[in-house]
Amino acid sequence: MEMRAVYAGCLAELMEQDRHVCVLDADLAKASGTRGLYERFPKQMFDCGVAEQDMASIAAGLASYGFKPWIESFTPFATRRICDQIAISIAYAGMNVKIVGTDPGISAELNGGTHMSMEDVGVLRSIPGMVIFEPVDSVQLRAAMPVLNAYEGCVYMRLFRKELPDVFGGDYRFDLFKADLLKEGKDLSIFVSGFLTKDVLEAEKELAASGIDAEIINVHTIKPIDKETVLASARKTGAVLTVENHNVIGGLHSAVLEALAEEKVPVCAVGVQDRFGEVGKMPYLREAMGLTVENIVATAKKAVGLK
Amino acid sequence: MNKDLKAISRDIRCDILRCIGHLGVGHIGGCLSVAELLAVLYFEAMNIDPAQPKKAGRDRFICSKGHAGPAVYAALANRGYFDKAELLTLNQGGTNLPSHCDMNRTPGIDMTAGSLGQGFSCAVGIALGSKLEGDGATIYALIGDGESQEGQIWEAGMFAAAKKLDNLIAFTDYNKLQIDDEVAKVNDIAPLAEKWAAFGWNVIDVEDGNDVEQVSEAVRHAKLGIGGGRPTMVILNTKKGCGVKWIEDLGAGNHNCKITEEQAEEAIRVIRGED
Repeated sequence: MEMRAVYAGCLAELMEQDRHVCVLDADLAKASGTRGLYERFPKQMFDCGVAEQDMASIAAGLASYGFKPWIESFTPFATRRICDQIAISIAYAGMNVKIVGTDPGISAELNGGTHMSMEDVGVLRSIPGMVIFEPVDSVQLRAAMPVLNAYEGCVYMRLFRKELPDVFGGDYRFDLFKADLLKEGKDLSIFVSGFLTKDVLEAEKELAASGIDAEIINVHTIKPIDKETVLASARKTGAVLTVENHNVIGGLHSAVLEALAEEKVPVCAVGVQDRFGEVGKMPYLREAMGLTVENIVATAKKAVGLK
Repeated sequence: MNKDLKAISRDIRCDILRCIGHLGVGHIGGCLSVAELLAVLYFEAMNIDPAQPKKAGRDRFICSKGHAGPAVYAALANRGYFDKAELLTLNQGGTNLPSHCDMNRTPGIDMTAGSLGQGFSCAVGIALGSKLEGDGATIYALIGDGESQEGQIWEAGMFAAAKKLDNLIAFTDYNKLQIDDEVAKVNDIAPLAEKWAAFGWNVIDVEDGNDVEQVSEAVRHAKLGIGGGRPTMVILNTKKGCGVKWIEDLGAGNHNCKITEEQAEEAIRVIRGED
């Protein structure tokens, strides 16, 4: 099932349970998978039209009135375009608003560079109090939705819209503020966010074949980062690799570096190397940005070599 | 009309001068221009209870031109939300009265504002919230004329009309001046009434927005529009710095200017008719 369908289904359940849960769109309800909810929840679904700034501040107004609004758009328009509205109307005012940016990083594919946000996490990470979450699969997304809704405060979710292979099984237990250990290891810690988690698991097999025992941790919440888990793993293995579908400046890599600032461990990065996006399909974009299993393996070996 | 409103607007004006004078600098011009509006709203129009500043279903006032915070604080203190002595803490470290309105610090402030254009959208969200709750509240919002150059103002205006938010009564402090120069010279917003009418709003043009009787009459008239399916924009033709000749004469320079305690006291004496 597509991630947006899971997301929309969860929203429907939340709206069904609580009339104060509402969703605001900026003419991208179809893209977000929520268009079908308009008929069912006419008093909880609002399309602001192509006016993202207005959408963000209206949501803040609704939150001040006791509502629990979710706002959604493509990642760049849900973050950098309305950065000040998020900072002031929502975060500074302490409003309980959930922000959903779809098509993170290269997953914007054919919409190209204008719609391909490599900086959304960086843009929002420096705003005080912001929680930033990126699900890896539909299992984690489904587990997270009620938790995000119940969390009193501003959360930004970076949502891959299309279908993703499952990483987690049915017994998965979600904690918004706790990173998920996927595999224990002793030679290297790999911290990964988003859809690249599956690629890291793929890379791990090759690393194992090369005699490298990698520990794999899914950092689904990039802010606040689970520093305890990051530190413990890095101290154990002595080498770190971060993997993200985002600029290596401002996102997961930066967050991990900050957490390890006082540690003597090499921290290498697989991520977008401070460049804009471009049009293309995923295989091309993965190659262009170095977001491949091969590059993960090569950079992991480099990190181990730096010990 | 409540005859005291004129005296109340004088009290608000004097308290604005007192608190900004105590500090030595502040957004005097755009505070003095809205004293009459605040007197009418807080002492006549709004269904509020200073003893219960967060009471559900209350009328709300969103000062989207957030830099008029000191004027709103003066109105709130006069209305009994907090002690008047607190006005002298304006902009001091740790104060509950920051230059721009902050709902988490000041009793009676319904929305945080300061980044221009945003408070107006928040007011629209609040008006929508009130409609959804069916609580019958009236939502009042104040925007600046310079602020009206923000695109977000017009996004919010479009949405409010489209959603038929007739419980929203907004005011433009049309004092014709902004930081850099006259509004008409910087980036003209005229014809303002026609613009709001074209956006589907009821428009009430108040010839003298510093005349409490005219403002009171306009608000009464605006309230009659509730239920008619359209939000209302009341354009208040005001004087920036109104009530203090030398501040008025500064023109665009009075947006944020210096004032000594002595100058403030002197201006207060003149306003009180004691000179």
